Amino acid sequence: MKIAVYGPGCANCQNLEKNTKQAVKEIGLGAEITQIKEIDQILEAGIIATPGLAIDGEIKSMGRVPSVEEIKKWIKAKM
Amino acid sequence: MVPDILQEAVNYLTYVLMGLNPASPLGSAVNFFIYDTIKILILLTVIIFAIAFFRSYISPLKVRKALGKRNEYLGNVVAALIGIITPFCSCSAVPLFIGFVESGVPLGVTFSFLIASPMINEVAIILLGGMVGWQITAVYIISGLFIAIIAGIIIGKLKLEGEVESYVYEMIEKIKAAEASGMTLEEDKQTLKERALSSRDYTIDLLKRITPYVIIAIGIGAIIHGYVPTDFLVTYVGANNPLAVPIAVLIGVPLYSNAAGIIPLVAVLIDKGIPVGTALAFMMAVTALSLPEMIILRKVLKPKLLAIFIAILAVSITAIGYLFNAIT
Repeated sequence: MKIAVYGPGCANCQNLEKNTKQAVKEIGLGAEITQIKEIDQILEAGIIATPGLAIDGEIKSMGRVPSVEEIKKWIKAKM
Repeated sequence: MVPDILQEAVNYLTYVLMGLNPASPLGSAVNFFIYDTIKILILLTVIIFAIAFFRSYISPLKVRKALGKRNEYLGNVVAALIGIITPFCSCSAVPLFIGFVESGVPLGVTFSFLIASPMINEVAIILLGGMVGWQITAVYIISGLFIAIIAGIIIGKLKLEGEVESYVYEMIEKIKAAEASGMTLEEDKQTLKERALSSRDYTIDLLKRITPYVIIAIGIGAIIHGYVPTDFLVTYVGANNPLAVPIAVLIGVPLYSNAAGIIPLVAVLIDKGIPVGTALAFMMAVTALSLPEMIILRKVLKPKLLAIFIAILAVSITAIGYLFNAIT
């Protein structure tokens, strides 16, 4: 499973990354988490508000920081 | 009323338990510090949580859709109002701007949003209300909205679409390509519990980040409150000095707003005699005209448009400053 965290690096973006790592850890899944910081690439992925999260190419959230529980829910739905 | 009970309790603590003299500078400063720290932290916690919760119902896509359909004047008003409640992580400035242009939101409307969003920031408003009262806060909000709407309309009228960096249009192609290939966000389906949890996390995180600054600012405010004679500032920055407002605005521009941190200071300065208009102008300059945000916006705006943007804001903020000095 490929999880992508989009954001140039402000506090919200870092929180999203933190929550994502936590969610993956709690599920015990070997998912690949990439952080994308370049605006060009962020927009290419269709993200218009940061931070953004996509799982296996599907955008799950934009412009907010979902909680660990929510991220776990999305990951499980994709498993 | 809660604040009164709190004040009684703090008075008891500082004047009875700690034995400080209410008439002394030290007693006055300590009392102010303890009372305001507690009051502000409670206010911040409750209101940040409430706003985060209501905000979870608003998504950037809904905002784009809502703004894209409006015509000029109504669009500016709606954009400014929405700007108040949407979170504006300045790192989002570029993607948001591009996203708006891409969905056909008129340039002026986008600017109304860009101005209102950082200027009328909920943390700042709460602090302002708690420290200087709700009347002044209401004035701040209404003036801010007014500036956002009028400046947006003016920019719209100047037909500056050509002054948007070509970079923006290149990026729009990328967004369109992404959407064409199906990469869009399906509508949010968060449960109440998820919203509450997200709001809680956000509140704790934000509090962790701003509390040190808030406490330091209240500390400085406490010292000024206790040790500086009332009306001291009137002599230097009072109504007698006609340049006070532009100076306040100029000082405000390069300051990066940790809006939370500035306000306790502003509150005490008002208390010590700075005219309300000058103080408001200063606050607006700090939040709406921040140098870091201008640097970020340079990526999407050509120098001419950026300069016009800054100039319109500076002038209108200064005007509001003079206006309120004149009527209070």
